[in-house]
Amino acid sequence: MNAVTIDPREKKFAHRKRVNQIAVGLSLAAMAFGLFWLAWILVETIRLGISGMVLATFTQMTPPPNEAGGLANAIYGSFLMVMLATLVGTPIGIMAGIYLAEYEPNGWLASVTRFVNDILLSAPSIVIGLFIYAVVVARFKTFSGWAGVLALALIVIPVVIRTTENMLQLVPTALREAAYALGTPKWKVILSITMKAARAGVITGVLLAVARIAGETAPLLFTALSNQFWTSNLGEPMASLPVTIFKFAMSPYENWQQLAWAGVFLITLAVLGLNILARVLSRHK
Amino acid sequence: METLAPTAEKAKIAVKDLNFYYGKFHALKGINLNIPENKVTAFIGPSGCGKSTLLRVFNRMFELYPEQRAEGQILLDGEDLLKSRKDVAILRAKVGMVFQKPTPFPMSIYDNIAFGVKLFENLGATDMDERVEWALRKAALWGEVRDKLRQQGASLSGGQQQRLCIARGIAIKPEVLLLDEPCSALDPISTGKIEELIVELKRDYTVAIVTHNMQQAARCSDYTAYMYLGDLIEFGSTEQIFFKPTRRETEDYITGRFG
Repeated sequence: MNAVTIDPREKKFAHRKRVNQIAVGLSLAAMAFGLFWLAWILVETIRLGISGMVLATFTQMTPPPNEAGGLANAIYGSFLMVMLATLVGTPIGIMAGIYLAEYEPNGWLASVTRFVNDILLSAPSIVIGLFIYAVVVARFKTFSGWAGVLALALIVIPVVIRTTENMLQLVPTALREAAYALGTPKWKVILSITMKAARAGVITGVLLAVARIAGETAPLLFTALSNQFWTSNLGEPMASLPVTIFKFAMSPYENWQQLAWAGVFLITLAVLGLNILARVLSRHK
Repeated sequence: METLAPTAEKAKIAVKDLNFYYGKFHALKGINLNIPENKVTAFIGPSGCGKSTLLRVFNRMFELYPEQRAEGQILLDGEDLLKSRKDVAILRAKVGMVFQKPTPFPMSIYDNIAFGVKLFENLGATDMDERVEWALRKAALWGEVRDKLRQQGASLSGGQQQRLCIARGIAIKPEVLLLDEPCSALDPISTGKIEELIVELKRDYTVAIVTHNMQQAARCSDYTAYMYLGDLIEFGSTEQIFFKPTRRETEDYITGRFG
């Protein structure tokens, strides 16, 4: 009489298969959970914001309560401050990232810079807003677009430093050595070889930083404040989408709340667009 | 050390009492040898024996890493390159290097070649075109890439990339070519092409090649050096090393009885 023998390897395999199914199931559930909220946010934003996508929103200034108006000054202010903050923060961030990855990766200055940068990276943005309030706004006795630009730039810098350093570290040492072996000077190795190899990643980092500051409210609340009128003068208080949304959404006035949703819709769209662009760029290296 | 140095040949590179340290680790111990001009010299030995380290002293590549240090003399055409006051770029233009893994730069095939040339020469467009073609022909790659010079270097196959790297090194007209296991990442057909190329190259250049592949050393080198644990055990004509090694260690390694 033969006992039915189960091959222990088959038993082991069946077990492994079961564990795999459970793990895949849990991963899918986690993904569905995340996607559910994201989809809900998007749907709600579109539902409430789409009605605001009329010409007046882009051409008229923010109105007094219960009057018709738009978001033109806030859109322009956001655009201007985000652009300038990126222009200020990107070169500083890239250069610091290059220093960390290429010049003295193990020196004490690099360790200190990395540590400070990590703190800055995780600092609540309201802290940065208050800091600029104390050193710029309080000193010049006026809220101003420049103060807003500085606060946003301070948020851009650590993000760009981190991504630049990480992306440069991914460039294989062999590639650098090959460039040096031709007699290439160091600055040219960095500029023409390593930065070029890491370019897509660095640009992605900058785009993600832009996406981050496009929606920041706290640092602007204490610096650029807001402005009911169109202004290109960065010495004056300047309107921005996030602060306007903050003000309008908290108000009891129906037309302000409408505009707040329109603003939310615009920012979401911009951030979504930037993220998609970043993804596309990092895919086509 | 009773290493047989080929005295009959003119030495392109003469190594004298070379010691090399990675921090405190003594990686090369009193190396003496002459690398003859217009010949292929192969360096063989087990991993960690110092053969790549030795190669990286010849173009002062080790200087990229502050904890690495070389002591002794390396005479390139009679001039000690370790003590030279000239910019290291001048030395590296004379002593080119090709690495284990193909390292195409992130640019077009054409620019991969032109990049190094532009560092040292101001050539007009026609002259540059000619130089690029010349280098690619020398590296036996021209026929395969002539119609796609604007494509990225990385779009080529591994073997083609390695020949592109050789062409890039040749384009700046060096006198010595250092090849650090140039075929270890390649398939046999690409390896065959590169070996043919190496034999071809010695007409114009002095070639030093590090290899793990003993057949490769036997096939394409004129002289062979066997190294072990930072010592140069034996150095002589490839024929002599492979057929009549004087040292027991060399014989053991070559016949596979090593260790």
